[in-house]
Amino acid sequence: MSEKKINLKLKIWRQSAPNTVGSFVDYSVSVSPEASFLEMLDELNNNLEKNNQDPIVFESDCREGICGTCGLVINGEPHGPLPKIATCQLHMRNFKDGQTIWVEPFRAKAFPVIKDLAVDRSAFDKVIQAGGYISVNTGGVPDANSIPISKDIASEAFDSAACIGCGACVAACKNGSAMLFVGAKVTQFSLLPQGQPERQSRVEAMVAKMDELGFGSCSNTYACEAECPKGISVKNIAKLNREYRLAKIKSKNVEA
Amino acid sequence: MGWFWKFTNSSIGKKLVMTVTGILLIIFLIIHLAGNLTLYWGAKAFSTYASTLELIMPLLRIIEVLLALVFIFHIINGIRVWWGNKKSKGVENKISAKSKNSSIFSRTMIQSASIIFIFLVIHLDTIWYPYNLGNGAENLYGIVTGLFMIPLYSWFYIFAMALLGFHLNHGFQSAFQTMGWNHKKYFPLIQTVGTIYAILVAAGFASLPIYFLYFHGR
Amino acid sequence: MGNINSTSKDFKLDSKVPEGPIETKWTNHKFNLKLVNPSNKRKYDIIVVGTGLAGASAAATLGELGYNVKAFSFHDSPRRAHSIAAQGGINASKNYQNDGDSTFRLFYDTVKGGDFRSREANVYRLAEVSGNIIDQCVGQGVPFAREYGGLLDNRSFGGAQVSRTFYARGQTGQQLLLGAYSALSRQINSGKVQMLNRREMLDLVVVDGAARGIVVRNLLTGAIEKYSAHAVVLATGGYANVFFLSTNAMNSNTTAIWRAHKKGAFFANPCYTQIHPTCLPLHGDSQSKLTLMSESIRNDGRVWVPKKKGDNRAPNQIPEDERDYYLERKYPSYGNLAPRDISSRSAKEVCDEGRGVNGGEAVYLDCSDAIKRLGKKAIEERYGNLFDMYQNITGENPYEVPMKIYPAPHYIMGGLWVDYNLMSTVPGLFVLGEANFSDHGANRLGASALMQGLADGYFVIPYTIGDYLATRKFASVSTEQDEFKKSEKEIKDFVGKLLSIKGKTTVDEIHKKLGKLLWNKVGMARNEKGLKEVIGEIKALREEFWKDVNVVGKSDDLNQTLERAGRVADYLELSELMAVDALDRNESCGCHFREEYQTEEGEAKRDDEHYRYVAAWEFEDVGKWNLHKEELEFEFLHLAQRSYK
Repeated sequence: MSEKKINLKLKIWRQSAPNTVGSFVDYSVSVSPEASFLEMLDELNNNLEKNNQDPIVFESDCREGICGTCGLVINGEPHGPLPKIATCQLHMRNFKDGQTIWVEPFRAKAFPVIKDLAVDRSAFDKVIQAGGYISVNTGGVPDANSIPISKDIASEAFDSAACIGCGACVAACKNGSAMLFVGAKVTQFSLLPQGQPERQSRVEAMVAKMDELGFGSCSNTYACEAECPKGISVKNIAKLNREYRLAKIKSKNVEA
Repeated sequence: MGWFWKFTNSSIGKKLVMTVTGILLIIFLIIHLAGNLTLYWGAKAFSTYASTLELIMPLLRIIEVLLALVFIFHIINGIRVWWGNKKSKGVENKISAKSKNSSIFSRTMIQSASIIFIFLVIHLDTIWYPYNLGNGAENLYGIVTGLFMIPLYSWFYIFAMALLGFHLNHGFQSAFQTMGWNHKKYFPLIQTVGTIYAILVAAGFASLPIYFLYFHGR
Repeated sequence: MGNINSTSKDFKLDSKVPEGPIETKWTNHKFNLKLVNPSNKRKYDIIVVGTGLAGASAAATLGELGYNVKAFSFHDSPRRAHSIAAQGGINASKNYQNDGDSTFRLFYDTVKGGDFRSREANVYRLAEVSGNIIDQCVGQGVPFAREYGGLLDNRSFGGAQVSRTFYARGQTGQQLLLGAYSALSRQINSGKVQMLNRREMLDLVVVDGAARGIVVRNLLTGAIEKYSAHAVVLATGGYANVFFLSTNAMNSNTTAIWRAHKKGAFFANPCYTQIHPTCLPLHGDSQSKLTLMSESIRNDGRVWVPKKKGDNRAPNQIPEDERDYYLERKYPSYGNLAPRDISSRSAKEVCDEGRGVNGGEAVYLDCSDAIKRLGKKAIEERYGNLFDMYQNITGENPYEVPMKIYPAPHYIMGGLWVDYNLMSTVPGLFVLGEANFSDHGANRLGASALMQGLADGYFVIPYTIGDYLATRKFASVSTEQDEFKKSEKEIKDFVGKLLSIKGKTTVDEIHKKLGKLLWNKVGMARNEKGLKEVIGEIKALREEFWKDVNVVGKSDDLNQTLERAGRVADYLELSELMAVDALDRNESCGCHFREEYQTEEGEAKRDDEHYRYVAAWEFEDVGKWNLHKEELEFEFLHLAQRSYK
């Protein structure tokens, strides 16, 4: 397994705490092209630890592109240069020997940096908590096959539900907007019969929370779709816009 | 109507205000361009167009006021969206790869808008004001063609129209997206129509100074 | 081994399995359980640790019922839990396909798949509530795959001859977890559940013999925080990461259940570790984890190796009659859908013979027949995302070249011992999902983990915890009382000690060493000699860790090295117990394959006479345990040698 290695120059954002000033630190690594990007960082961290230096803080968990924990801006792109993958699925064979790689955290006002490359994305949870669910208690639901749902609708709902909540959409957006994330959840539920009873209140509550948390307003650059590791379409944003507009016109809620 | 106020001040509401005013401006531009193109048929044709508008005079003033309001809403709201979004983004990444994931038209709306705004001010000051509020009965054809003979004026006009094309190219399809009309079948068509519209409007307006500066009467 | 003494205590494990016919046990039991009056529920605090499928579903449901729930996760959000990575599907005996499925058949398949080392009553209950899970998830808006008529679709999975697996493309776990997460989010919004993210449980607090709280480390600030409750629910998943390389997420660990074990919860069958047959082979030393390819591919993929040793031709150059489709050859009736333990072991067998791909540790998983039969589009629809993932990792196109796979540690059947009510040997400590030992015996069937996690969380714990709360008198406890303070101090000392060693070896280096030891000697095949050796080697490694580990950074800060160090310290104790347990079990069953005990054909040979028990280990001291046995009675199923031929 001792194949040739590639040498890279890394410029990595280091920041010791949320309110401190950070800066880029240079590192040189020699890595197998078969390794993943995060394995490259693991190896670098292991070497730092050996030299009693603080390792670089970055988050990751499943390393299969599904948990949404990892997320780095690599050479200016959330999750790196390849389309439709999370950072953990990026492999070093996609880089050239001698290349310089800039590694930065996801940036948005609603995603403050915690340390180095780790950011706080709990705002996403808050948006879901505001209404991203169908209010059914455990038990007392009808048989799963009692309401047929067309294959196309189920498939479309799945496309939206495939969102992994990584926040790359927000990071890619020049406006720090979370509309792709919110749109995907709103779309999933508004397509399904189970989502109908709360269709209006859900979108009203989620958008209100999204705004309150300081996410920006979509200006349709579609950078989110381009960087989304799951290829969530901006049609979800169109749907969100429509759902919100209609909810505001139709709903009897004058408070929201 | 508190809910309506809140609605129009929400992230999506603000976008809808941009969209509604934007669509009205898109329609206005078609009418304005159609009128302007009568310049090609000479002073008489253009004056007929101008005097036809005069026929509905009291109504025209109302329309002008409404149009002004549409502009103002579009501009002020646009600035609010831009400023709010800038704050929402906060610190930017040092390295940008935006050219890889989005179009230049979509990213430069505020810049194109700024130039168009400067143009608008000059435009009102040099054409609308002297014609409507100037001393004595000015000849609109004379004012316009006179201005188009000034190279600097025409070049800025052409430049502004190019940016208007940029602005419209994004704004047209963006309006549909914000209204929620993004359908797999029709949206590509809307984008194409938007681009064609943007080119026609920009080229249509810009053709006039080019014509008067370089071809008219030579 | 002199430290194991099975008679040192008179403690009798009581499984609390209700009397009566298996079909009515759960129904009758539910009726007999005491209830907590709706208006009294808010007087009870329940701590739920871990918010994956089992934890999130439990926390949400308990919140809905009216209890005050505090839910803890070491992630930044409950949606990150590793349940999210389950790909293939979830079993339920709905019999929507009209192919002969029933509760009893799912029960039978699961017990048989587990090689008759699970508790009948628990498994039957699991099968019984499996259908409710699907109803519940559909009600939550989980977009399961459907047929053209709009009804739910099913696929088949290993170890079963009916199609009972519900799925959402290759992301079933994600969709189910997001369903549970949404239910949990709703309760957080309503205020019934308080969500405490980024906190890792480091100790269980036992007061007057019952679980009354936990001590956690706030991973952002490093603060040690204490929380009290009337009952504690652990749903913290499995510990396959003890092998360093596994299909588990990087942060999955044993710490919560291990610390609970050290506080009195017996650990059952720790050596039952599932090695999943379809994972991507190792690529090099820097590898951090192994990636799973859903077993569902075995529906359409055929597993083979070259017949000849040393046949290093490219796979497409090897003619049909020179390939050995060894699963189809050895197990004609189940073929490529043989259970996981058997498939894994067969792969190891052919690779040990030197017939692996290029003589190494990999076999082919070949979908070319299915692509020819059904067309590329159909295959793409079924497994598109998995194929993309494969290509992305290996750089090879699986539509053209057969995939290379090899087994990898994936799931832990063992875990904390629980009774029928899912309560551990510490009163008030309940254990759900992969963290307990209860339902899968010595081998778990595919698509059953999701089923168990949700069954425990949605449909079992809400009933059984009420009985515990209703039948017990609770003295009030404060987090300032001695038990909590003592625990807090121990944790602080533990953290301080880790940081003060300042040796030369990194945490990962020791973890990798431990992983290799286990993989070689407590992996797919075990023998007495190896196990005895490895116990000594683990002890030595543990000593090395406590002398020479280097944990950089501070305690009052986000310190990922420190987090890992604590987990590895626990692995170094747990791994010894795994080996001790494997050595105790002088038989082969399911995933536990002792080379000394095999049939002439090389199949696992059980010893029902002597080993038909659950080995529940009581912690005495580090490296010192007492064995307690729960005899397994098979009243409703006939104990038979498992055959998939």
